[in-house]
Amino acid sequence: MFAPSGQVARMSRFANPNRFLRWSDRLVPWLATVTGVLFAVGLYWALVASPPDYQQGESVRIMYVHVPAAWMALFCYTAMAGAAAVGLIWKHPLADLIAKATAPIGAAFTLLALVTGALWGKPMWGTWWVWDARLTSVLVLFFLYLGYIALNSAFDEPGRGARASAILALVGLVNVPIIKFSVDWWYTLHQPASVIRLEGPAIHASMLWPLLLMAAAFTSYYFWVLAVRVRGEIMAHKIRALRLRQAYG
Amino acid sequence: MARGVVSATLAVIRRDLRLAFRHGSDSLGAVVFFVLAVVLFPFGVGPGQEVLARIAPGVIWVAALLAAMLSLERLFQTDFEDGSLELLVLSPLPLSLLVVAKVLAHWLTTGVPLLLASPVLAVLLGLPTEGFGLLLAALALGTPSLSLVGAVGAALVLGARRGGVLVSLLVLPLYIPILIFGVAAVDAAITGVAARPPILLLAGFLAAALALAPWAAAAALREAVA
Repeated sequence: MFAPSGQVARMSRFANPNRFLRWSDRLVPWLATVTGVLFAVGLYWALVASPPDYQQGESVRIMYVHVPAAWMALFCYTAMAGAAAVGLIWKHPLADLIAKATAPIGAAFTLLALVTGALWGKPMWGTWWVWDARLTSVLVLFFLYLGYIALNSAFDEPGRGARASAILALVGLVNVPIIKFSVDWWYTLHQPASVIRLEGPAIHASMLWPLLLMAAAFTSYYFWVLAVRVRGEIMAHKIRALRLRQAYG
Repeated sequence: MARGVVSATLAVIRRDLRLAFRHGSDSLGAVVFFVLAVVLFPFGVGPGQEVLARIAPGVIWVAALLAAMLSLERLFQTDFEDGSLELLVLSPLPLSLLVVAKVLAHWLTTGVPLLLASPVLAVLLGLPTEGFGLLLAALALGTPSLSLVGAVGAALVLGARRGGVLVSLLVLPLYIPILIFGVAAVDAAITGVAARPPILLLAGFLAAALALAPWAAAAALREAVA
Protein backbone atom coordinates (compact mmCIF):
# COMPACT_ATOMS: atom_id res chain seq x y z
CA MET A 1 0.00 0.00 0.00
CA PHE A 2 1.21 3.45 -0.79
CA ALA A 3 0.43 6.38 1.48
CA PRO A 4 -0.78 9.37 -0.54
CA SER A 5 -0.19 12.73 1.06
CA GLY A 6 -2.26 15.83 1.72
CA GLN A 7 -5.33 16.51 -0.37
CA VAL A 8 -5.24 13.23 -2.25
CA ALA A 9 -5.17 11.32 1.03
CA ARG A 10 -8.22 13.21 2.28
CA MET A 11 -10.07 12.55 -0.95
CA SER A 12 -9.15 8.91 -1.26
CA ARG A 13 -10.25 8.40 2.33
CA PHE A 14 -13.81 8.77 1.12
CA ALA A 15 -13.20 6.79 -2.03
CA ASN A 16 -13.42 3.61 -0.01
CA PRO A 17 -16.95 2.31 -0.65
CA ASN A 18 -17.06 0.33 2.58
CA ARG A 19 -16.22 3.40 4.63
CA PHE A 20 -18.94 5.28 2.78
CA LEU A 21 -21.42 2.49 3.52
CA ARG A 22 -20.58 2.62 7.25
CA TRP A 23 -20.83 6.41 7.39
CA SER A 24 -23.98 6.69 5.33
CA ASP A 25 -25.65 3.92 7.33
CA ARG A 26 -25.53 6.22 10.35
CA LEU A 27 -26.24 9.36 8.34
CA VAL A 28 -29.34 8.29 6.39
CA PRO A 29 -31.80 8.19 9.34
CA TRP A 30 -30.63 11.64 10.44
CA LEU A 31 -31.01 13.07 6.95
CA ALA A 32 -34.48 11.53 6.68
CA THR A 33 -35.52 13.05 10.02
CA VAL A 34 -34.16 16.49 9.17
CA THR A 35 -35.87 16.38 5.77
CA GLY A 36 -39.18 15.36 7.32
CA VAL A 37 -39.08 18.10 9.98
CA LEU A 38 -38.03 20.80 7.48
CA PHE A 39 -40.77 19.80 5.05
CA ALA A 40 -43.42 19.68 7.81
CA VAL A 41 -42.55 23.14 9.15
CA GLY A 42 -41.77 24.62 5.74
CA LEU A 43 -44.94 23.39 4.04
CA TYR A 44 -47.15 24.55 6.93
CA TRP A 45 -45.50 27.98 6.94
CA ALA A 46 -45.56 28.27 3.16
CA LEU A 47 -49.04 26.95 2.44
CA VAL A 48 -50.96 28.07 5.55
CA ALA A 49 -49.14 30.56 7.77
CA SER A 50 -47.55 32.92 5.22
CA PRO A 51 -49.64 35.82 3.88
CA PRO A 52 -51.17 35.73 0.37
CA ASP A 53 -49.64 38.13 -2.14
CA TYR A 54 -51.38 41.50 -2.60
CA GLN A 55 -51.31 41.02 -6.37
CA GLN A 56 -51.22 37.29 -7.00
CA GLY A 57 -53.43 36.16 -4.10
CA GLU A 58 -53.14 32.56 -3.00
CA SER A 59 -51.44 31.36 -6.18
CA VAL A 60 -48.18 32.88 -4.93
CA ARG A 61 -47.83 29.75 -2.79
CA ILE A 62 -46.68 27.86 -5.90
CA MET A 63 -43.48 29.87 -5.48
CA TYR A 64 -42.52 27.89 -2.36
CA VAL A 65 -42.19 24.76 -4.48
CA HIS A 66 -41.25 26.29 -7.84
CA VAL A 67 -38.30 28.43 -6.74
CA PRO A 68 -36.53 25.81 -4.55
CA ALA A 69 -37.07 23.21 -7.30
CA ALA A 70 -35.46 25.52 -9.86
CA TRP A 71 -32.57 26.27 -7.51
CA MET A 72 -32.06 22.56 -6.93
CA ALA A 73 -32.17 21.88 -10.68
CA LEU A 74 -29.12 24.12 -11.10
CA PHE A 75 -27.49 22.97 -7.87
CA CYS A 76 -27.82 19.30 -8.83
CA TYR A 77 -26.36 19.92 -12.29
CA THR A 78 -23.39 21.78 -10.83
CA ALA A 79 -22.91 19.06 -8.20
CA MET A 80 -23.17 16.39 -10.91
CA ALA A 81 -20.64 18.12 -13.16
CA GLY A 82 -18.31 18.69 -10.19
CA ALA A 83 -18.51 15.05 -9.15
CA ALA A 84 -18.05 13.99 -12.78
CA ALA A 85 -14.92 16.15 -13.04
CA VAL A 86 -13.50 14.64 -9.84
CA GLY A 87 -14.26 11.16 -11.16
CA LEU A 88 -12.67 11.97 -14.52
CA ILE A 89 -9.52 13.61 -13.14
CA TRP A 90 -8.72 11.56 -10.02
CA LYS A 91 -10.49 8.30 -11.06
CA HIS A 92 -12.44 8.63 -7.82
CA PRO A 93 -14.92 5.72 -7.89
CA LEU A 94 -17.35 7.26 -5.41
CA ALA A 95 -17.48 10.54 -7.36
CA ASP A 96 -18.63 8.63 -10.47
CA LEU A 97 -21.40 7.05 -8.42
CA ILE A 98 -22.40 10.42 -6.92
CA ALA A 99 -22.61 11.97 -10.39
CA LYS A 100 -24.66 9.04 -11.68
CA ALA A 101 -26.98 9.10 -8.65
CA THR A 102 -27.46 12.87 -8.84
CA ALA A 103 -28.68 12.89 -12.46
CA PRO A 104 -32.19 11.43 -11.93
CA ILE A 105 -32.74 13.59 -8.82
CA GLY A 106 -31.73 16.71 -10.74
CA ALA A 107 -33.90 15.73 -13.70
CA ALA A 108 -36.87 15.30 -11.33
CA PHE A 109 -36.27 18.73 -9.77
CA THR A 110 -36.02 20.27 -13.26
CA LEU A 111 -39.28 18.64 -14.32
CA LEU A 112 -40.90 19.82 -11.08
CA ALA A 113 -39.71 23.38 -11.74
CA LEU A 114 -41.06 23.25 -15.31
CA VAL A 115 -44.44 21.79 -14.28
CA THR A 116 -45.01 24.12 -11.32
CA GLY A 117 -43.87 27.00 -13.54
CA ALA A 118 -46.51 26.06 -16.11
CA LEU A 119 -49.17 25.79 -13.38
CA TRP A 120 -48.14 29.19 -12.06
CA GLY A 121 -47.86 30.74 -15.52
CA LYS A 122 -51.44 29.87 -16.49
CA PRO A 123 -53.14 32.15 -13.88
CA MET A 124 -50.39 34.82 -13.90
CA TRP A 125 -49.32 35.16 -17.53
CA GLY A 126 -52.41 33.57 -19.05
CA THR A 127 -50.42 30.81 -20.73
CA TRP A 128 -48.86 27.50 -19.74
CA TRP A 129 -45.68 28.10 -21.65
CA VAL A 130 -43.80 30.91 -23.35
CA TRP A 131 -40.59 30.55 -25.31
CA ASP A 132 -38.62 33.02 -23.25
CA ALA A 133 -34.94 32.65 -22.43
CA ARG A 134 -35.35 31.34 -18.88
CA LEU A 135 -37.93 28.68 -19.75
CA THR A 136 -36.10 27.56 -22.87
CA SER A 137 -32.75 27.26 -21.12
CA VAL A 138 -34.29 25.23 -18.28
CA LEU A 139 -35.89 22.95 -20.87
CA VAL A 140 -32.43 22.50 -22.41
CA LEU A 141 -31.14 21.65 -18.93
CA PHE A 142 -33.78 18.93 -18.69
CA PHE A 143 -32.65 17.48 -22.03
CA LEU A 144 -29.03 17.60 -20.85
CA TYR A 145 -30.00 15.54 -17.80
CA LEU A 146 -31.80 13.03 -20.06
CA GLY A 147 -28.78 12.87 -22.38
CA TYR A 148 -26.48 12.28 -19.41
CA ILE A 149 -28.66 9.46 -18.08
CA ALA A 150 -28.98 7.85 -21.52
CA LEU A 151 -25.24 8.08 -22.25
CA ASN A 152 -24.32 6.77 -18.80
CA SER A 153 -26.28 3.57 -19.39
CA ALA A 154 -25.49 3.17 -23.11
CA PHE A 155 -22.33 1.11 -22.75
CA ASP A 156 -21.85 -2.50 -21.76
CA GLU A 157 -18.84 -1.57 -19.68
CA PRO A 158 -20.04 0.72 -16.83
CA GLY A 159 -16.72 2.58 -16.50
CA ARG A 160 -16.85 3.76 -20.12
CA GLY A 161 -20.38 5.10 -19.63
CA ALA A 162 -19.29 7.00 -16.50
CA ARG A 163 -16.36 8.64 -18.30
CA ALA A 164 -18.26 9.50 -21.49
CA SER A 165 -21.17 11.01 -19.57
CA ALA A 166 -18.75 12.91 -17.32
CA ILE A 167 -17.38 14.70 -20.41
CA LEU A 168 -20.94 15.45 -21.52
CA ALA A 169 -21.79 16.85 -18.07
CA LEU A 170 -18.81 19.18 -18.26
CA VAL A 171 -19.72 20.32 -21.79
CA GLY A 172 -23.29 21.00 -20.65
CA LEU A 173 -22.03 23.11 -17.76
CA VAL A 174 -21.99 26.13 -20.13
CA ASN A 175 -25.77 26.14 -19.84
CA VAL A 176 -25.78 26.82 -16.06
CA PRO A 177 -24.63 30.48 -16.19
CA ILE A 178 -26.89 30.99 -19.23
CA ILE A 179 -29.90 29.90 -17.13
CA LYS A 180 -28.82 31.96 -14.13
CA PHE A 181 -28.34 35.19 -16.06
CA SER A 182 -30.92 34.65 -18.82
CA VAL A 183 -33.41 36.91 -16.99
CA ASP A 184 -30.81 39.69 -16.80
CA TRP A 185 -29.37 39.39 -20.31
CA TRP A 186 -32.63 39.20 -22.20
CA TYR A 187 -35.84 41.09 -21.58
CA THR A 188 -38.16 38.21 -20.78
CA LEU A 189 -41.54 37.45 -19.30
CA HIS A 190 -39.95 35.51 -16.44
CA GLN A 191 -39.21 37.88 -13.56
CA PRO A 192 -35.57 38.61 -12.66
CA ALA A 193 -33.90 37.25 -9.53
CA SER A 194 -35.49 38.63 -6.38
CA VAL A 195 -33.74 36.72 -3.56
CA ILE A 196 -30.04 36.52 -4.40
CA ARG A 197 -29.03 39.95 -5.63
CA LEU A 198 -26.59 42.67 -4.68
CA GLU A 199 -29.17 45.03 -3.16
CA GLY A 200 -30.52 42.33 -0.86
CA PRO A 201 -33.74 40.31 -1.24
CA ALA A 202 -36.67 42.07 -2.86
CA ILE A 203 -39.32 39.99 -1.14
CA HIS A 204 -40.77 40.54 2.32
CA ALA A 205 -39.45 38.60 5.30
CA SER A 206 -42.84 36.93 5.85
CA MET A 207 -42.37 35.19 2.48
CA LEU A 208 -38.58 34.98 2.44
CA TRP A 209 -38.31 32.80 5.56
CA PRO A 210 -40.71 30.06 4.47
CA LEU A 211 -39.02 30.14 1.05
CA LEU A 212 -35.58 29.65 2.57
CA LEU A 213 -36.96 26.92 4.83
CA MET A 214 -38.38 25.10 1.80
CA ALA A 215 -35.04 25.50 0.02
CA ALA A 216 -33.33 23.93 3.04
CA ALA A 217 -35.88 21.10 2.99
CA PHE A 218 -35.26 20.47 -0.73
CA THR A 219 -31.49 20.48 -0.19
CA SER A 220 -31.70 18.08 2.72
CA TYR A 221 -34.02 15.86 0.66
CA TYR A 222 -31.41 15.82 -2.10
CA PHE A 223 -28.64 14.68 0.25
CA TRP A 224 -30.90 12.05 1.79
CA VAL A 225 -31.96 10.55 -1.55
CA LEU A 226 -28.39 10.86 -2.85
CA ALA A 227 -27.05 8.83 0.09
CA VAL A 228 -29.72 6.17 -0.44
CA ARG A 229 -29.06 6.01 -4.19
CA VAL A 230 -25.27 5.83 -3.84
CA ARG A 231 -25.70 3.03 -1.28
CA GLY A 232 -27.88 1.24 -3.81
CA GLU A 233 -25.27 1.72 -6.55
CA ILE A 234 -22.47 0.35 -4.35
CA MET A 235 -24.56 -2.67 -3.46
CA ALA A 236 -25.45 -3.24 -7.11
CA HIS A 237 -21.71 -3.22 -7.91
CA LYS A 238 -21.04 -5.70 -5.13
CA ILE A 239 -23.78 -8.01 -6.39
CA ARG A 240 -22.37 -7.77 -9.92
CA ALA A 241 -18.89 -8.62 -8.66
CA LEU A 242 -20.24 -11.58 -6.66
CA ARG A 243 -22.24 -12.89 -9.64
CA LEU A 244 -19.18 -12.61 -11.90
CA ARG A 245 -17.09 -14.47 -9.34
CA GLN A 246 -19.74 -17.21 -9.17
CA ALA A 247 -20.00 -17.43 -12.95
CA TYR A 248 -16.25 -17.74 -13.48
CA GLY A 249 -15.76 -19.92 -10.38
CA MET B 1 8.12 19.53 -35.33
CA ALA B 2 5.76 22.34 -36.26
CA ARG B 3 6.06 21.47 -39.95
CA GLY B 4 5.43 17.83 -39.19
CA VAL B 5 2.24 18.72 -37.33
CA VAL B 6 0.99 20.88 -40.19
CA SER B 7 1.71 18.25 -42.83
CA ALA B 8 0.13 15.53 -40.69
CA THR B 9 -2.99 17.67 -40.20
CA LEU B 10 -3.17 18.32 -43.94
CA ALA B 11 -2.71 14.61 -44.60
CA VAL B 12 -5.69 13.78 -42.37
CA ILE B 13 -7.81 16.41 -44.13
CA ARG B 14 -6.76 15.09 -47.56
CA ARG B 15 -7.51 11.53 -46.52
CA ASP B 16 -10.98 12.39 -45.22
CA LEU B 17 -11.81 14.47 -48.28
CA ARG B 18 -10.67 11.67 -50.59
CA LEU B 19 -12.77 9.15 -48.65
CA ALA B 20 -15.78 11.46 -48.85
CA PHE B 21 -15.42 11.92 -52.62
CA ARG B 22 -14.93 8.23 -53.31
CA HIS B 23 -18.08 7.44 -51.28
CA GLY B 24 -19.91 10.25 -53.04
CA SER B 25 -23.38 9.08 -52.03
CA ASP B 26 -22.51 9.37 -48.33
CA SER B 27 -21.68 13.05 -48.39
CA LEU B 28 -24.45 13.84 -50.85
CA GLY B 29 -26.88 12.21 -48.45
CA ALA B 30 -26.84 15.16 -46.08
CA VAL B 31 -27.62 17.69 -48.85
CA VAL B 32 -30.35 15.51 -50.33
CA PHE B 33 -31.91 15.18 -46.88
CA PHE B 34 -31.62 18.95 -46.40
CA VAL B 35 -33.39 19.69 -49.69
CA LEU B 36 -36.10 17.08 -49.17
CA ALA B 37 -36.83 18.16 -45.61
CA VAL B 38 -37.28 21.77 -46.70
CA VAL B 39 -39.38 20.81 -49.73
CA LEU B 40 -41.77 18.94 -47.42
CA PHE B 41 -42.84 22.17 -45.72
CA PRO B 42 -44.84 23.71 -48.59
CA PHE B 43 -46.85 20.48 -48.60
CA GLY B 44 -47.20 20.56 -44.82
CA VAL B 45 -48.25 24.17 -44.27
CA GLY B 46 -49.70 24.89 -47.71
CA PRO B 47 -48.19 26.85 -50.60
CA GLY B 48 -49.28 30.32 -49.33
CA GLN B 49 -46.45 32.75 -50.08
CA GLU B 50 -46.71 34.88 -46.91
CA VAL B 51 -46.62 31.91 -44.55
CA LEU B 52 -43.70 30.29 -46.38
CA ALA B 53 -41.71 33.52 -46.52
CA ARG B 54 -42.35 34.06 -42.81
CA ILE B 55 -41.14 30.59 -41.75
CA ALA B 56 -38.40 30.22 -44.40
CA PRO B 57 -35.41 31.15 -42.16
CA GLY B 58 -36.55 28.79 -39.40
CA VAL B 59 -37.30 25.92 -41.79
CA ILE B 60 -33.95 26.21 -43.56
CA TRP B 61 -32.08 26.38 -40.26
CA VAL B 62 -33.89 23.43 -38.67
CA ALA B 63 -33.34 21.33 -41.78
CA ALA B 64 -29.64 22.31 -41.82
CA LEU B 65 -29.39 21.34 -38.14
CA LEU B 66 -30.93 17.92 -38.73
CA ALA B 67 -28.87 17.30 -41.87
CA ALA B 68 -25.68 18.19 -40.00
CA MET B 69 -26.70 15.88 -37.15
CA LEU B 70 -27.45 12.97 -39.48
CA SER B 71 -24.04 13.29 -41.10
CA LEU B 72 -22.19 13.16 -37.76
CA GLU B 73 -22.07 9.39 -37.84
CA ARG B 74 -19.50 9.54 -40.65
CA LEU B 75 -17.15 11.67 -38.56
CA PHE B 76 -15.59 8.95 -36.40
CA GLN B 77 -17.82 5.87 -36.65
CA THR B 78 -16.31 4.23 -39.75
CA ASP B 79 -12.76 4.89 -38.55
CA PHE B 80 -13.72 3.45 -35.19
CA GLU B 81 -15.15 0.31 -36.76
CA ASP B 82 -12.24 -0.49 -39.08
CA GLY B 83 -9.62 0.36 -36.46
CA SER B 84 -7.98 3.28 -38.25
CA LEU B 85 -9.08 5.57 -35.41
CA GLU B 86 -6.73 3.74 -33.06
CA LEU B 87 -3.83 4.29 -35.46
CA LEU B 88 -4.73 7.98 -35.75
CA VAL B 89 -4.86 8.29 -31.96
CA LEU B 90 -1.49 6.58 -31.66
CA SER B 91 0.09 8.92 -34.23
CA PRO B 92 2.21 11.81 -32.86
CA LEU B 93 -0.39 14.33 -34.06
CA PRO B 94 -2.05 16.01 -31.02
CA LEU B 95 -5.50 14.53 -30.63
CA SER B 96 -7.31 17.88 -30.55
CA LEU B 97 -5.64 18.81 -33.88
CA LEU B 98 -6.80 15.51 -35.30
CA VAL B 99 -10.33 16.45 -34.27
CA VAL B 100 -9.95 19.88 -35.91
CA ALA B 101 -8.71 18.26 -39.11
CA LYS B 102 -11.55 15.75 -39.22
CA VAL B 103 -14.13 18.43 -38.39
CA LEU B 104 -12.76 20.67 -41.13
CA ALA B 105 -13.00 17.86 -43.68
CA HIS B 106 -16.50 17.05 -42.41
CA TRP B 107 -17.57 20.67 -42.74
CA LEU B 108 -16.11 20.94 -46.26
CA THR B 109 -18.06 17.86 -47.38
CA THR B 110 -21.37 18.53 -45.57
CA GLY B 111 -21.50 22.15 -44.33
CA VAL B 112 -20.38 23.75 -47.59
CA PRO B 113 -22.87 21.79 -49.76
CA LEU B 114 -25.64 22.89 -47.36
CA LEU B 115 -24.44 26.43 -47.76
CA LEU B 116 -24.52 26.14 -51.55
CA ALA B 117 -27.98 24.58 -51.58
CA SER B 118 -29.56 27.09 -49.20
CA PRO B 119 -30.07 29.99 -51.70
CA VAL B 120 -31.99 27.65 -54.00
CA LEU B 121 -34.21 26.59 -51.11
CA ALA B 122 -34.63 30.22 -50.06
CA VAL B 123 -35.95 30.95 -53.55
CA LEU B 124 -38.32 27.97 -53.38
CA LEU B 125 -39.72 29.22 -50.06
CA GLY B 126 -39.94 32.81 -51.28
CA LEU B 127 -37.57 34.30 -48.71
CA PRO B 128 -37.43 38.10 -49.19
CA THR B 129 -34.27 39.03 -51.09
CA GLU B 130 -32.95 41.20 -48.23
CA GLY B 131 -32.50 37.99 -46.22
CA PHE B 132 -30.29 36.11 -48.72
CA GLY B 133 -26.95 37.61 -47.79
CA LEU B 134 -27.49 37.18 -44.08
CA LEU B 135 -28.82 33.65 -44.49
CA LEU B 136 -25.54 32.73 -46.18
CA ALA B 137 -23.47 34.64 -43.61
CA ALA B 138 -25.33 33.06 -40.69
CA LEU B 139 -25.04 29.57 -42.19
CA ALA B 140 -21.34 30.14 -42.96
CA LEU B 141 -20.74 31.03 -39.29
CA GLY B 142 -23.18 28.50 -37.85
CA THR B 143 -22.47 25.27 -39.75
CA PRO B 144 -18.80 25.01 -38.58
CA SER B 145 -20.11 25.32 -35.00
CA LEU B 146 -22.58 22.54 -35.74
CA SER B 147 -19.75 20.29 -36.94
CA LEU B 148 -17.55 21.18 -33.94
CA VAL B 149 -20.22 20.63 -31.28
CA GLY B 150 -21.40 17.56 -33.14
CA ALA B 151 -17.88 16.12 -33.05
CA VAL B 152 -18.09 15.99 -29.25
CA GLY B 153 -21.37 14.07 -29.42
CA ALA B 154 -20.11 11.77 -32.18
CA ALA B 155 -16.97 10.95 -30.19
CA LEU B 156 -18.92 10.32 -26.98
CA VAL B 157 -21.26 7.72 -28.46
CA LEU B 158 -18.53 5.62 -30.13
CA GLY B 159 -19.13 2.04 -29.13
CA ALA B 160 -22.49 2.78 -27.49
CA ARG B 161 -25.66 0.81 -28.05
CA ARG B 162 -28.09 2.72 -30.34
CA GLY B 163 -25.48 5.43 -30.88
CA GLY B 164 -27.43 7.07 -33.69
CA VAL B 165 -30.47 7.87 -31.54
CA LEU B 166 -28.27 8.82 -28.63
CA VAL B 167 -26.26 11.38 -30.59
CA SER B 168 -29.42 13.36 -31.36
CA LEU B 169 -30.29 13.51 -27.66
CA LEU B 170 -26.80 14.74 -26.81
CA VAL B 171 -26.25 17.19 -29.64
CA LEU B 172 -29.62 18.81 -30.40
CA PRO B 173 -29.93 20.62 -27.02
CA LEU B 174 -26.49 22.11 -27.58
CA TYR B 175 -27.49 23.20 -31.12
CA ILE B 176 -30.38 25.35 -29.84
CA PRO B 177 -28.36 28.59 -29.32
CA ILE B 178 -26.99 28.36 -32.89
CA LEU B 179 -30.52 27.89 -34.21
CA ILE B 180 -31.89 30.83 -32.20
CA PHE B 181 -29.26 33.32 -33.32
CA GLY B 182 -29.05 31.95 -36.86
CA VAL B 183 -32.76 32.52 -37.38
CA ALA B 184 -32.63 35.84 -35.51
CA ALA B 185 -29.99 37.16 -37.94
CA VAL B 186 -32.10 36.36 -41.02
CA ASP B 187 -35.31 37.65 -39.41
CA ALA B 188 -33.53 40.86 -38.47
CA ALA B 189 -32.49 41.44 -42.07
CA ILE B 190 -36.03 40.86 -43.34
CA THR B 191 -37.71 43.09 -40.76
CA GLY B 192 -35.02 45.76 -41.03
CA VAL B 193 -33.66 45.45 -37.48
CA ALA B 194 -29.91 45.47 -36.83
CA ALA B 195 -28.57 42.02 -37.74
CA ARG B 196 -25.15 42.71 -36.24
CA PRO B 197 -25.79 41.37 -32.69
CA PRO B 198 -26.95 37.86 -33.68
CA ILE B 199 -24.15 37.59 -36.27
CA LEU B 200 -21.58 38.60 -33.64
CA LEU B 201 -23.08 36.08 -31.20
CA LEU B 202 -22.82 33.36 -33.86
CA ALA B 203 -19.19 34.34 -34.44
CA GLY B 204 -18.56 34.26 -30.69
CA PHE B 205 -20.17 30.84 -30.45
CA LEU B 206 -17.91 29.61 -33.26
CA ALA B 207 -14.83 31.02 -31.52
CA ALA B 208 -15.78 29.32 -28.24
CA ALA B 209 -16.60 26.03 -30.00
CA LEU B 210 -13.31 26.16 -31.92
CA ALA B 211 -11.40 26.54 -28.66
CA LEU B 212 -13.30 24.08 -26.47
CA ALA B 213 -14.98 21.43 -28.65
CA PRO B 214 -11.79 19.81 -30.07
CA TRP B 215 -10.48 19.49 -26.54
CA ALA B 216 -13.66 17.79 -25.26
CA ALA B 217 -13.92 15.60 -28.36
CA ALA B 218 -10.27 14.57 -27.95
CA ALA B 219 -10.98 13.52 -24.34
CA ALA B 220 -13.98 11.53 -25.56
CA LEU B 221 -11.93 9.86 -28.33
CA ARG B 222 -9.27 8.87 -25.80
CA GLU B 223 -11.96 7.13 -23.73
CA ALA B 224 -13.41 5.45 -26.82
CA VAL B 225 -10.20 3.76 -27.96
CA ALA B 226 -8.80 3.10 -24.46
